[in-house]
Amino acid sequence: MTATLFFVQALNGLQFGLILFLIAAGLTLVFGVMDFINLAHGVQYMVGAYLVAAFSAWTGSFGWALLLALPTALAFGLLLEALVFRHLYDRDHLDQVLATFGVILFLNQGVKFVWGAAPLSVPVPEILSGSVEIANGLLYPVYRLAIIAAGLVIAALLYVLVNHTRVGMLVRAGASNAAMVSALGVNIQRLFMVVFGFGAMLAGFAGAMVAPILSVEPGMGDNILILAFVVIVIGGIGSIRGAFLAALLIGLVDTVGRSFAPNLLRLVLDPAAASQTGRAIAPMLIYVFMAAVLFFRPSGLFPVKR
Amino acid sequence: MNATIKTLGLAAAVTLAAAPAVAQEKLKVGLLLTLSGPSAVLGQHARDGFQLAMKDLGGKLGGRDVEVIVVDDELKPDVAVTKVKGLIERDKVDFVVGPIFSNVAVATHKPIVDSKTFYISVNAGPSNLAGKSCNPYFFATSYQNDQNHEVLGKVAQDRGYKKVYLLAPNYQAGKDALAGFKRHYKGEIVEESYTPLNTLDFQPELAKIASMQPDAIFTFMPGGMGVNLVKQYRAAGLADRIPFLSAFTVDETNLPAQQDAAVNMLSGSNWAPNMDTPANKKFVAAFEAAYNAVPASYAMHSYDAALLIDAALKATGGKTDNKDALRAAIQKAEFKSLRGDFKLGANGFPIQDFYLVKAAKRSDGKMQTEIVEKVFDDYTDAYAKECAPTN
Repeated sequence: MTATLFFVQALNGLQFGLILFLIAAGLTLVFGVMDFINLAHGVQYMVGAYLVAAFSAWTGSFGWALLLALPTALAFGLLLEALVFRHLYDRDHLDQVLATFGVILFLNQGVKFVWGAAPLSVPVPEILSGSVEIANGLLYPVYRLAIIAAGLVIAALLYVLVNHTRVGMLVRAGASNAAMVSALGVNIQRLFMVVFGFGAMLAGFAGAMVAPILSVEPGMGDNILILAFVVIVIGGIGSIRGAFLAALLIGLVDTVGRSFAPNLLRLVLDPAAASQTGRAIAPMLIYVFMAAVLFFRPSGLFPVKR
Repeated sequence: MNATIKTLGLAAAVTLAAAPAVAQEKLKVGLLLTLSGPSAVLGQHARDGFQLAMKDLGGKLGGRDVEVIVVDDELKPDVAVTKVKGLIERDKVDFVVGPIFSNVAVATHKPIVDSKTFYISVNAGPSNLAGKSCNPYFFATSYQNDQNHEVLGKVAQDRGYKKVYLLAPNYQAGKDALAGFKRHYKGEIVEESYTPLNTLDFQPELAKIASMQPDAIFTFMPGGMGVNLVKQYRAAGLADRIPFLSAFTVDETNLPAQQDAAVNMLSGSNWAPNMDTPANKKFVAAFEAAYNAVPASYAMHSYDAALLIDAALKATGGKTDNKDALRAAIQKAEFKSLRGDFKLGANGFPIQDFYLVKAAKRSDGKMQTEIVEKVFDDYTDAYAKECAPTN
């Protein structure tokens, strides 16, 4: 039983980790390539979820909604870039944090103005609505398996894009030394815009994918943003590979810790004390993990060479 | 000389004539509610319930014109205290109605009751305000926080569930909820699981529940957490095998998002929209027409708060200056509560009936909770006896 339970929890951790990766991928590029702290990245995740909610109410189909939501999220990211972020690239980090925090407040209030404060629901697409029985009596929703598959596909595509295409090469070069790339005659402004729009679309895609299993509500991006920052710091800022590995590790540590920390502690403590400390320690685990990684590798698991 | 006297006399006459008009200046009611952030929908229900009552009462309470001042506490106790000071010192309100959350109630309690302003809670009922720190200026039209949880504990005990799994967010109200459940439940608790506040993915807990196979689970997951838990519980195939008992999780604020996933899930409440009284039917229909949503209990509590103030002011002839008389009038105010049986106990909290309710889809496709059975009759909260009458 424990082995199957562990397997199911690992699957949960993988799914959570992949969602984190989709968000962190854009964040790490924007931070690494542009040296720009974008707190509003979590809001783009929320916007993706709201877009898919709106479009699926309009078209009645999740597939169409997703197809419509992705370009809209991209356009929205580009719009934000042109309106707000472009003017902040040369400012210092404090200005960027302040301005992008303002964008969070504005958009959280904005979605409430348009869609109301009550959480919205998005129906799970019919074709993926079933579940498979994995453990004794535990059904695992097919949709979650679909999220895992989609996350892995996106990760593979990103790998090819970043490592084997010209744009990817420029992005990697930009992460190492943006000034030099610019000096070599590359239009760095346009590169920034592409990276930014793409990151926003990935975050929007993550939001769209979780919309049917989580509730779509104002402020839903705020908590996940903190985890995304943890991921990029552990992975090494600017590194897609690092973000991927770190996201999976965080997903696993969080999920497995939440369910097994009390059990493990029971080996050394009496049951009451074990469940008491277990529930105190579980939420801390990822931060303890981050502290440990940073202690041994201060610039993350896969630091970008500068 | 004569002219002067005449003028003075005239002035006096004018002043006298004006005096009743001064006494009839507008009654001021401050609504202190959470209207922003993820929990804003709870405050909106309460605000709309009060506004609807004002409409039904012709814009008057106890025969006096009313000015309603709505403020948003942002679910931040410090912000709430600042706003409350504004209501008391600048606006000089006669009543503060609200709040939704207990942390706001505890923080704002002292400034409001110290200024001898009447404070009528439409949801929050923390144990200290019902017990040791009860105050003659504080009343609630809702309940003491533990009571809805006690309903489920009693039901679990009566139905003979031997093993129950408890799940709550890791903060004060979550712990209070589980304590409330355990007041009447005496069986085995296989696990007391606390998740970080605002956890949205419960898949790890669901896997654990499936492996432990309890007879039932009890949970308290307000807001978006409840929406997610219910949908994921249904998707994991647990809903038909392990009964889902909850409070403040499956209610009219969450049901529009939970939809079919919540059908037949059990909850505890002092009221439900399908309660069969003429006044309630009219209220629910009017609320739906005006705000396009099935009212939740927050709306009912604040509708009742308006009726309570109205009845008390009718008894004092619209006067608010004699605080003791007004308090006595509130305490024994006679009005038809939407929930039926209702009276205020010595600690200012209601003595009322509690029901087991279940979520259902109405014939028009909207979701609501419906009464299954009465669990407690004329139920007084557990802290009332700690309230010393001298407070």
